[in-house]
Amino acid sequence: MQQSGQASATSLPIGSDADLAWVRQQVRQCAAQLGFGLVQQTKLVTAASELARNTLVHGGGGRAEITPLDNGRTRGLRMCFIDSGPGIRDLELAMTDGYTTGGGLGLGLSGAKRLVHEFSVDTEPGRGTTVTAVAWVAQVPASRPGVR
Amino acid sequence: MRVSEQDAAGSAPQIVGSFLEQRKEQIAQRWADAPLFRSVFTVSRDEAVEACKAVVEALSEVAVSGRLEDVRAPGFGTVREQLGRMSATRARTGSTPAQIAEEVAGLRAPAVELLREEFADPATPQAHECVLALTLLLGTLRLVVMETALDANAELIERQRQQLLEVATPVIKLWEGTVAVPLIGTLDSARSQVVMESLLEAIVDQRARYAILDITGVPTVDSLVAQHLMKTVAAARLMGAECIVSGIRPAIAQTIVQLGIDLGSVLTRASLSDALAYALGKQGIEVSRADAGASAR
Amino acid sequence: MNQPTPGQPAVPVLALGDVLLVSLQGELHDGMAEQLQHDITSRVATSGVTGVVIDISGVEIVDSFLGRVLAEIASTARLLAARTVLAGMRPAVAITLVELGLTLPGLVTALDVDRAMELLSRGGS
Repeated sequence: MQQSGQASATSLPIGSDADLAWVRQQVRQCAAQLGFGLVQQTKLVTAASELARNTLVHGGGGRAEITPLDNGRTRGLRMCFIDSGPGIRDLELAMTDGYTTGGGLGLGLSGAKRLVHEFSVDTEPGRGTTVTAVAWVAQVPASRPGVR
Repeated sequence: MRVSEQDAAGSAPQIVGSFLEQRKEQIAQRWADAPLFRSVFTVSRDEAVEACKAVVEALSEVAVSGRLEDVRAPGFGTVREQLGRMSATRARTGSTPAQIAEEVAGLRAPAVELLREEFADPATPQAHECVLALTLLLGTLRLVVMETALDANAELIERQRQQLLEVATPVIKLWEGTVAVPLIGTLDSARSQVVMESLLEAIVDQRARYAILDITGVPTVDSLVAQHLMKTVAAARLMGAECIVSGIRPAIAQTIVQLGIDLGSVLTRASLSDALAYALGKQGIEVSRADAGASAR
Repeated sequence: MNQPTPGQPAVPVLALGDVLLVSLQGELHDGMAEQLQHDITSRVATSGVTGVVIDISGVEIVDSFLGRVLAEIASTARLLAARTVLAGMRPAVAITLVELGLTLPGLVTALDVDRAMELLSRGGS
């Protein structure tokens, strides 16, 4: 239906507080363009903030990749957070509510997972971590009302 | 033009492709009278002919590309949207995807008839091969239409589901500073999202201090529903409003206890009026009978 | 260009009678949030205010980091005998926080700054 608008991935560095702000801003903008509603946008930006901070604090920095998706039925957004830090030793423990090593509330991974539709963590001790989160636009946008 | 022996070098799909291109006008004229196009383009026959031509062109392109059986062939891309609109129109008048597909099948006979006329001797193996190729191609078209029809249906259902969600969750202002949502029916995740959003919006709009979730019309409360309720209560509290859950029928109260669901800090009242009385009382509003306290005002 | 300018304006902290009014706006860096926590705490300690109102109606997202900072401001202020009210959280933010699992149970909340002031002046808890 539309060939345009299917932009490729945007890669953003994560190396400082200011980068976190930039990632949030980019995710917000991208989600708004894809037609996510305000609540979903807020959830996505919050998830991005949690995950990007993990990349910064635990992974020693890295990058975020934001990719718009279109499965033919609805549009979505994929966010990958990639670092080559120490990795996560016990993933199950790290995914537990309240577990923290970074002085936060321990809701980073487990909380972010609840804010998106698909969530996966690929990690190897000593090699780094890639967290991937995908969300789909919940409602069919009213692009084609009943009668034309 | 007649397919002569010299053309024999061309493969069947190529021949069908050029046949479609050259006989576009005639095929379109015949198809325009077929039920599929006639019932969609009720106003103008010319429009139907144009639509048919577009489909024939697409088929010709697919034939030339040799991907006769590929519903993803790029050639179909150009007419997919048009076919989708046609299926949607048919679907709205009550046709099922199967009926629509049947109508597409009806396009085969006129096209094959024209193709046969191209051959001096329709009994040659080459003629058979071409008819077979055209039949295959039209079968693929049928699948494409079927697919677009199903998509159109899914879209329709999704739209109705959305409308239902919105209709089913009105937020009512009961009093200055008090809003309520009477929940009726099953409370699934999608629905509870809508309830939560509209309730919170109402709290802002009405500057409400109290929000009542009345579940009198909710048939069962399982742990998932309880979780939804508690989330709504927690979100309202973050915004500075107190949430009261009312209308917990005895049977539901029992289930909640038996399931071991902890409604925790959620404030509950037996009925909507009890909840309203609580909210009013907390705001220092007293309601009394006019005759009992005649001197009051 | 993609780096916000350094030296961002600090978050304004306003004294209204014996209440500190803090109005958060837009994008808040982690560093700024921590700076703010420090500022508020020292202002409470030195000025002897009895209440702190944090207006977050201009904040588009609250993540677990900012959530923790807000909760800590409230607990610290309480130790210094001041009550904190979080005012004006947007619906989308509230829904997201609940989904995130962050219900901030220790924080007193209000619909907007007026209500927060009202709450503090009533003295009830």
